[in-house]
Amino acid sequence: MYKILKKQKWSDTIFSNWVEAPFVAKAAQPGQFIILITKENGERIPLTIADSNPQEGWVQIVYQVVGASTLELSSMNEGENLYAFVGPLGMPSEVENFGGKVLIIGGGIGIAPIHPIAKKLKELGNHVISIIGARTKDLIIMEDKMKEASNELLIATDDGTYGQKGFVTNIMDDILKKESEAIKDIWAIGPPIMMKMCTRVANEHNKQIWVSLNSIMVDGTGMCGACRVSVGGKTKFACVDGPEFRGNLVNFEEMVLRQRQYCDQEREALVLLEEQIRRKASNG
Amino acid sequence: MAEKLKPAEKLKKNRVSMRTQEPLERIQNFLEVPLGYSLAEAIEEAQRCLQCNPAYCVAGCPADVRIPQFIEKIIEEDIKGAFLEIKQTNALPAVCGRVCPQEEQCEGACIMNKKGKPIAIGRLERYVADWARQLDYSDAKKPSSKLGKKVAIVGSGPAGLACASDLAKLGYDVTIYEALHKPGGVLVYGIPEFRLPKSIVEYEVGQIKELGVEINLNYVVGLTKTVDELIQEYDAVFLANGAGAPSFLNIPGENLNGVYSASEFLTRSNLMKAYEFPNYATPIRVGQKAVVVGGGNVAMDAVRTAKRLGAKEATIVYRRSRKEMPARAEEIEHAEEEGIKFELLTNPVKILGDEYGNVVGIECVKMELGEPDESGRRRPKVVEGSNFVIDVDTVIIAIGQSANPIVARSATGVEINKWGYFVADEDGKTTHPKVWAGGDIVTGAATVILAVGAGKKAAKSIHETLSIKQ
Repeated sequence: MYKILKKQKWSDTIFSNWVEAPFVAKAAQPGQFIILITKENGERIPLTIADSNPQEGWVQIVYQVVGASTLELSSMNEGENLYAFVGPLGMPSEVENFGGKVLIIGGGIGIAPIHPIAKKLKELGNHVISIIGARTKDLIIMEDKMKEASNELLIATDDGTYGQKGFVTNIMDDILKKESEAIKDIWAIGPPIMMKMCTRVANEHNKQIWVSLNSIMVDGTGMCGACRVSVGGKTKFACVDGPEFRGNLVNFEEMVLRQRQYCDQEREALVLLEEQIRRKASNG
Repeated sequence: MAEKLKPAEKLKKNRVSMRTQEPLERIQNFLEVPLGYSLAEAIEEAQRCLQCNPAYCVAGCPADVRIPQFIEKIIEEDIKGAFLEIKQTNALPAVCGRVCPQEEQCEGACIMNKKGKPIAIGRLERYVADWARQLDYSDAKKPSSKLGKKVAIVGSGPAGLACASDLAKLGYDVTIYEALHKPGGVLVYGIPEFRLPKSIVEYEVGQIKELGVEINLNYVVGLTKTVDELIQEYDAVFLANGAGAPSFLNIPGENLNGVYSASEFLTRSNLMKAYEFPNYATPIRVGQKAVVVGGGNVAMDAVRTAKRLGAKEATIVYRRSRKEMPARAEEIEHAEEEGIKFELLTNPVKILGDEYGNVVGIECVKMELGEPDESGRRRPKVVEGSNFVIDVDTVIIAIGQSANPIVARSATGVEINKWGYFVADEDGKTTHPKVWAGGDIVTGAATVILAVGAGKKAAKSIHETLSIKQ
């Protein structure tokens, strides 16, 4: 079970795995996530679903190596089995045919989870305008799939190596200045700072916006409350009430502080794992 | 075979105490605190049993354990016989022998309790179950004939396991669906290793699997598959998913870093083995000073875990007095021996943080007891102007659980009450003819043994219903 069917390296730190998980693939809807565990002593890693295929029984995930657990995941090969893979978790995106245009914004590896939402919105008959962005050209992922899932695709890079130079928010602002009325809803997924800035732009234009919060989680089914976030002054659990919330109501400052909760421990674990990998390499 | 004592001799003897790890040693490790009886100690304790008929103790046991019979076998030094007596009705004897609140169940009902020295039934049950496990003796076998009927059970905690065991023995094809990556529910994520070693849970779950029960892990009913789909695929469905949503105090500062629900703190430590970080990848933060809010068993588990994770000062903050604390007497005693501090008649009003979002203090008020409330316990009242601050690095909220909505919202036609718990009768029957429910998701957070009892009743009722239909 949970075999890695295919694995691709998209940049120095970005990888994508296709995992055999027929029950998850069958039930998955846009906006939902999975939790996986690499090995018996691993932690539960939440990752939003990038794509899934109920007929073929696989789920695609995209991840960036940021710590010990993602490093471990990236070191596993095609044909190996993950220890656990559970889902789909969380509430699906509230997609429908809005009878107009929708704006989709994906930043960095946030492009991966925004993909199924764009795809579904287009299928439902919306006119999908997508903006994807990253620091530099090499970090723009899933461009072809996003092109397929959108009616219009716009690209921004911070350094101008691809598409428009600047941030996704610049393009977002331009579009809203031009046709705010026509845009029926907005989704933005990416680093917290990007989602916060997108929310600011949306607020300036009096628009509602959905963001997807990747809070720290343990069980991912509403049992522990590790992922609590303040939304409209109320405490919500990202795992069962979300992961998508109206960005206009999210307390991003608190969310960012909570995400840094285990920085010291994460560093310690990464140093240990890197040493183990080095030792293995020099022995083998 | 050991000597049978005369009643007068039995009355003279005292309970045989159980050896424990020394407090100063055990707060350095996660090994089990009580060390168990030897055969001689078990026999000496068993000899005190008056063998009442009718047996009051059995009436106090939700799992209907054949208590006088298994105690008699211990005196006869037939431990295998004792084990078979227990296993007739209880699939989880090593678990129940350790975590049941016996003082409220069998031992509370024991006639010798009138003299303050009930037979140590829990310790004897534990002795017998440990004997079987250590010798790898098993009575588990697949039933010779199958009924050709399928039952789905949602949740692999004590209610689900007890129900699965009874139904499998009757010849049903039983499949358990478990959301987490290990079976056992609260037995693995909630109760700490030092009170219930996980190898014991694994063993007793293994015995239930030997009966032919299938356990599908990493399967969230409500999301991976709906209850409605299970109803289509199975002859009966038993919902035993537990209460499973943490309650918070709803006071300012609860989302600061270092504030945990007891469920999160214990899940990190127990299920994810954060106490072995970084060899196990899940981190946990405790720091020097930890405060646990609450007075139940979960609060005791959390505060004793915090101590073992290195807190110099681990404190219980509870709004009533010691007498009202719902935790088992033994847990409170063990906590006291381990140097846990108790701030009783104290209630938090605010959690204080620093500029980085880390908790640094908890502001409390003193309480006094007023008139009794609905629960019969005296209602605590705030002493005005008594505010004070306790410096802390960690705050753990252990004030109970409420109903997790995931399962219920995928179950059409199964009524829930206003708190989100399933409505079920004595036998576990819900408002849907094919669905039963039991354990914490019906009663709200309670005990392992009550969940076992509910699982057994549901199994009996499912069997009766499906037999009539034939």
